[in-house]
Amino acid sequence: MHDELPPSPGLFHLLSPKYLAARARPLGKTENKSGRLILFVLIGAIFWAFAFGLLYRLLKYFKGIPEIGALLAAKLLGLMFVSLFGILILSNVVTALSSFFLAKDLDLLVAAPVDWLRLYGAKLLETTGHSSWMVVLVATPVLTAYGITYEGGFLYPLIAAIAVIPFLVIPAAIGSAVTLLLVNIFPARRTRDILSVIAILAAAGVVLVFRLVRPERLARPEGFRSLVEFISVLRTPTSSMMPSEWAAQGIMSWLRDDPEVLPFYLLWSTAAAVVVFGALLHRWLYTRGFSKSQESGERWVRQGTFGRLVGRMLGPWGVMRRELVLKEMRLFFRDTTQWSQLILLTVLVVVYVFNIKFLPLRGEGITFFLANIIPFVNLILAGFVLASIAARFIFPGISLEGRTLWLLRSSPLEMRQLLWSKFWVGTVPLLSLALILVFATDVLLQVSSFMMAVSIFTITLMTFAIAGLALGFGALFPKFNTENAAQIPTSFGGLVLMMASVVLIGLVIVLEARPVYQFVGARMLHLDPEPLEMILGFGGATLICLAATFLPIRVAVQRMMELER
Amino acid sequence: MIELKSLTKRYGSFTAVDSINLSVPDGELFGFLGPNGAGKTTTLRMIAGILQPTAGSIHLAGIDLAEDPIAAKSRLGFIPDRPFIYEKLTGSEFLRFVAGLYGQDGDKVEHRARELMALFDLEEWGDELVESYSHGMRQKLIISSAFVHRPQVIVVDEPMVGLDPKAARILKDLFREYVRRGHTIMMSTHTLEVAETMCDRIAIIQHGKIRAVGTIQDLRAESTGGGGLEEIFLKLTGERAARDAMEVLDA
Repeated sequence: MHDELPPSPGLFHLLSPKYLAARARPLGKTENKSGRLILFVLIGAIFWAFAFGLLYRLLKYFKGIPEIGALLAAKLLGLMFVSLFGILILSNVVTALSSFFLAKDLDLLVAAPVDWLRLYGAKLLETTGHSSWMVVLVATPVLTAYGITYEGGFLYPLIAAIAVIPFLVIPAAIGSAVTLLLVNIFPARRTRDILSVIAILAAAGVVLVFRLVRPERLARPEGFRSLVEFISVLRTPTSSMMPSEWAAQGIMSWLRDDPEVLPFYLLWSTAAAVVVFGALLHRWLYTRGFSKSQESGERWVRQGTFGRLVGRMLGPWGVMRRELVLKEMRLFFRDTTQWSQLILLTVLVVVYVFNIKFLPLRGEGITFFLANIIPFVNLILAGFVLASIAARFIFPGISLEGRTLWLLRSSPLEMRQLLWSKFWVGTVPLLSLALILVFATDVLLQVSSFMMAVSIFTITLMTFAIAGLALGFGALFPKFNTENAAQIPTSFGGLVLMMASVVLIGLVIVLEARPVYQFVGARMLHLDPEPLEMILGFGGATLICLAATFLPIRVAVQRMMELER
Repeated sequence: MIELKSLTKRYGSFTAVDSINLSVPDGELFGFLGPNGAGKTTTLRMIAGILQPTAGSIHLAGIDLAEDPIAAKSRLGFIPDRPFIYEKLTGSEFLRFVAGLYGQDGDKVEHRARELMALFDLEEWGDELVESYSHGMRQKLIISSAFVHRPQVIVVDEPMVGLDPKAARILKDLFREYVRRGHTIMMSTHTLEVAETMCDRIAIIQHGKIRAVGTIQDLRAESTGGGGLEEIFLKLTGERAARDAMEVLDA
């Protein structure tokens, strides 16, 4: 006869270690806590103010356009939600792999008498939290701008929350289910690798589809045959069966003073349905999948010709530097979660060049002035591409070193050497890419030799600065205990890095804009440009970039020396 | 040679290591014993240059670790208690990388790495990624890595954890031969039998302070009562040796 079974621990009991850990974090022994907090708040505030200001101005402008203004605003919100939905699905697939299959607490939880539904609930909530907080952070200034421009009233935050909560839960349940299926289908051990490739391919797909929709057509009503056709395109939902469309519709209907219930109903009922479906799937497949994910495989590797070649090339730099660089390269190319991101990078670059190629640069209304300013804007975009690449590849470098720091710290290796080797390993490919990107797009744009020189000069400086920032923030906000390298770029520190990069790119462009504007103007009027403006503008930009290269690395060296692990 | 002078480590108001003075001469295998949380690992990690002392000094082979950390560390080999290493390197690549950190490469390093791996029965695993190694195999690889650059001083934290009986025996022989050649080893362990049979001298640490230092005979004399190292250890650390197990299980 069986004894009476003990009651299964509640959902909140299962989540309590996460909550307690989060509460204990600010009390930890980490140094410079307040400094980092101030830095985060400052950069966050600048980013929020920037995003809010930009959107507020745009929406104000839309509001002033009769008939189609509100339609344009709705379309923009729809597009934003579609992009966020894609990002959420992807980040949930990656996060679910960690929280459901790789997390360190799973051995304890799976061995304990916890019932399947509570385990599912706890892990789903954890996945939702981990993968959604950044989206919430980005969406807040956007939704605030909508609320203020269209006078949403004091109930607006509540309405926005009612729309956003199921919007976050749906991709979390879908992402977790997809991960569960994949873990069960693919051979053990390879799942993680395959999953990261699939996730990246999916991301690439999202980017490509978004590109093929060509949202920029909406900004050029003259491209349509008639106003009626333009309005009808605006009225057509971007994707009527998608939760993103329901969320946008629900919020816009409230802002138009014509609230609709259907979108909210669709959101909540779909969220409930996918959670129930996910729970059932979890009940059937989780135990088998978890067991499979614990099995390990054998993998043999051979020393490649490429490795030997690089080793020989690095010979003059000394044994220590050569081994450091070789180690970095091996770890990168053998870790599928790392190299597979190159696929996404390739798609980003292709989409980027594709966009430039199809820019309407000749024809009516395109002046000599505009043709010279566009390459300048090109620099900003190239800067963003570089920042996101640096966040993916350079930023995680320090975190990935966490468990092996004992070896580096007890060896006669100087931290300065380690950081500079990481800097060069990251910067050389990044710079090559940046130069190819800017050169190719500038050739496509047929810019003047002055603009070409400015572009090459600026992108070189910015690449060094962004790589420096990525290393600096990587050391300031390390994630030493992560189970999944793909999660490091989306951590708190990764977000701070992206924000700091945006601020850096903004500063450089603002400083250079005036001398470039003046030069192009003077050229047009056949005058001599003002040398002082040039010196101040380009000198200032150079100083900022050099500071952003060296200072973060100095801080990182200091921080690594203080680390006690 | 390892020399510790007034070595102290504080975490806020908690003193993990409290003004330790120790000298381990060349050619000695020195054992470091103590209950859990006594400060053994903290001391060893300070000697390895991973933790910064709050006060005091460390000399390795006559070099001040704080003044010239690079020179001091180049004479050291460290074996930690948790075998975390690069999962995506093969065993041979890992050994080559560690030798590189100490500025060494070439045929001699390759030969030594092969010999060390063979000694620990790892030669067939040399081209396999570390991620497929068991806990014990990782431990053997880390031990090999501490020897690959021929250090003068080796600091070891719990070397026997995870090793099979054969590897444990090999390690004991390796350590003995290594100190016989005039090098120094400082080792922490919980296995009293290992300490008793292997170490020339032993220090017992508790609450961050050295309770006793000396040969087994010295410690026996100090603990007034004789007996094996287990009795001496329990007497010196004041631990309740045999709390009534029945009482605990019934609680």
